[in-house]
Amino acid sequence: MDAFLLSRLQFALNISFHILFPTITMAMGWFLFYFKLRSNISGHPVWMRMYRFWVRVFALSFALGVVSGVTMSFQFGTNWPGFMEKVGNVAGPLLGYEVLTAFFLEATFLGIMLFGIRRVPNWLHTASTLIVALGTTTSAFWILALNSWMQTPQGFEVVDGVVYATNWKEIIFNPSFPYRFVHMMLASGLTASFLIAGLSAYRMLKGDDKLAPKLALKTATYTAAVLIPLQIFAGDMHGLNTLEHQPQKVAAMEGLWETTEGAPLLLFAIPDEESKENHFEIPIPYGASLILTHELKGEIKGLNEFEGEHPPVAPVFFGFRVMVGMGMLMLAVSWLGSLYLMRKKEFPVWLKRTFAGMAFSGWIATLAGWYVTEIGRQPYLVSGVLRTADAVTQLPPANIALSFTLYLIIYTVLLIAYMGTLMLMCRKAVEIEEITTEEREVAKAKMQPSEPDPSTV
Amino acid sequence: MFENVSAEMLGNIYVGVLGLSVMLYAILDGYDLGVGVLIPPRTEAFRDDMIASIGPYWDANETWLVLAIGLLLIAFPEAHSEFLQTLYLPATFMLLGLILRGVAFDFRAKVVQVKKRKWDLVFKYGSLLTTLAQGYMLGIYVTGLRTDLWAQGFALLAAFGVTAAYAFIGSCWLILKTEGELQQKAYYWARRGLGILAAGIIAVSIANLTLHDDVRALWFSAPWGYVLFAIPLASFALLALCGMLLKKLPHANGKGEWLPFFIALLVFLLCFSAFAISYYPFIIPGQMTVSEALSDANSLRFLLIGIVVVVPVILAYTAMVYKIFSGKSEKLSYY
Repeated sequence: MDAFLLSRLQFALNISFHILFPTITMAMGWFLFYFKLRSNISGHPVWMRMYRFWVRVFALSFALGVVSGVTMSFQFGTNWPGFMEKVGNVAGPLLGYEVLTAFFLEATFLGIMLFGIRRVPNWLHTASTLIVALGTTTSAFWILALNSWMQTPQGFEVVDGVVYATNWKEIIFNPSFPYRFVHMMLASGLTASFLIAGLSAYRMLKGDDKLAPKLALKTATYTAAVLIPLQIFAGDMHGLNTLEHQPQKVAAMEGLWETTEGAPLLLFAIPDEESKENHFEIPIPYGASLILTHELKGEIKGLNEFEGEHPPVAPVFFGFRVMVGMGMLMLAVSWLGSLYLMRKKEFPVWLKRTFAGMAFSGWIATLAGWYVTEIGRQPYLVSGVLRTADAVTQLPPANIALSFTLYLIIYTVLLIAYMGTLMLMCRKAVEIEEITTEEREVAKAKMQPSEPDPSTV
Repeated sequence: MFENVSAEMLGNIYVGVLGLSVMLYAILDGYDLGVGVLIPPRTEAFRDDMIASIGPYWDANETWLVLAIGLLLIAFPEAHSEFLQTLYLPATFMLLGLILRGVAFDFRAKVVQVKKRKWDLVFKYGSLLTTLAQGYMLGIYVTGLRTDLWAQGFALLAAFGVTAAYAFIGSCWLILKTEGELQQKAYYWARRGLGILAAGIIAVSIANLTLHDDVRALWFSAPWGYVLFAIPLASFALLALCGMLLKKLPHANGKGEWLPFFIALLVFLLCFSAFAISYYPFIIPGQMTVSEALSDANSLRFLLIGIVVVVPVILAYTAMVYKIFSGKSEKLSYY
């Protein structure tokens, strides 16, 4: 294998692993702020119990996000030196602003969130929670500005093959940025909602009859039910924006080879790059034209118009279907859950199991979506400006093969450990949530669910 | 803003902020890496208290590395890619070490007792892997990214030197933040680390003189020669003072417990400034100067606004957090 393929594999592995954790923490920061606010307003102890449990999940996810993120900042230079040589004048300051305005804020105030509650006044603890949530969102702002610029670059000029910034406002607020930012924040909201709902359902299945998991399940289910239609709408807008600026990506998403008026929506197909056609198509006539142009006979450009300039079709095509399919499942499950909640009914066991099974569904949808947009940008690293192949390192392939193998092993172990630890925390959640030793002893004694006790809420 | 700041000036500003980040990183993550290296591998005593002493800080400490690498990437991209491609494998091992210790810290607090022991060892050896790799990278960097046998030997020396330095400042941190038996143990660690560190400073200073002709010339010419020779001398005076204190303080009823850490901090500052004076204006010693490696001035002016506004704020809230958590660290519980 050559340095190019190995570098791509390694970067894909790193960024896929990394994105799992910010996707959780970006929105969970806001959930924690909400729990803390409710605690301040109502004074009911259950809100702090929820805070205590979920702040630990947040801390663990945050740590995994930080360490895998540090790795990324090295790989720009090690594996993709051409990226900084060519577009560093744009990418550099955006990354710099992310470190300066977000990373320090998150890392420092997380310390107060986790360890400071007895040492600082309550308002400062609440403020720290808010600051951490703002920090994670700011971080998303900068990195998505950079990613969107790589998709739809503007505000620059090229002199002697090097990109120079001419207008920072145009660079940051490039055409795809607002859509991508909203789409990603909502994705994070859904991922965190399904994680909170799923793990709470898992706790209840394990016999935890406390108020905290019930309330968390309720809060997260309602949040998901509100966010998912917004996400479908935002995703549609994002798709229209992509059609305008990156039609070849949309053609790959739709599996459309020839430019067509009244293109069908393919529910399923197996795209074949060799023969430039699809096998086993299940089409809905005019569907794609209707969705993308809002006209039955609207014209959509096919892949054959972009000979040698379009992305590999199959991963984009399937990634898109996985993402949309997962979104539909989320819609069904969260609305069904909300129906039960509105009728004040307890979830039946099968529904709790469904939620528990979907605890990590946000990851699948998010990864699938990122594969669509990132693979969809190929063969370019920066659309129309820099080809991925031109940015790669000259390092000996053996070195990259070694580092790739090590990352693969460590990330696999960490992913298993992470999910296992979350499950374990769920099983000893009652101990985690009780604050004093006495309370903890009482809770331990009551670990076997028995008749409700008014003192434990 | 900053349109009238020249490219040369920008180069100096950025190399200055870069230097500040590296220095703060070495001191701050230095002590928490040192605490990790010192974790006793066979006995479980002290582990909880040692890790509790760095709990609220390690994450933010590590962020200085991200800023340093980020600034190198942004302001001196050629140096970044030259540096990290030459040191690809040691950098990978450093990152693996950082990953392992970072997550071990969080996992250990959330799992059952049996697994906790395993994560403690992951924390220790992850920290050790990080410090050795950083020392090795520093060594190769100082030689001007040479990879011959002599440079490798120097880098191995630096790997142990940096590990000893981190372990020393780590034990001084423990003296400041803990009490009782663990604190006594920390005094013992600090005394041992002190000797190794002193030997390391001599070795690195001498080796340093043999590496680059112009650095040697600088050391033997006025006025910088006086400064450069004064630095190791001052470091030794401080370390000798520290050695005396380390014998007296355990019987001083908690007075002056902050002194060893303060002295360690000064020694770090001195060693760092010796490096800085020796190698400026090179961003890679003997290979590439600051102005050669500098990226587009307009982009750097744009980022400078953020640096000027944000870095003082970061320093302020970092100081606030150290004030909030000042005094002896509490038992490791989230609250």
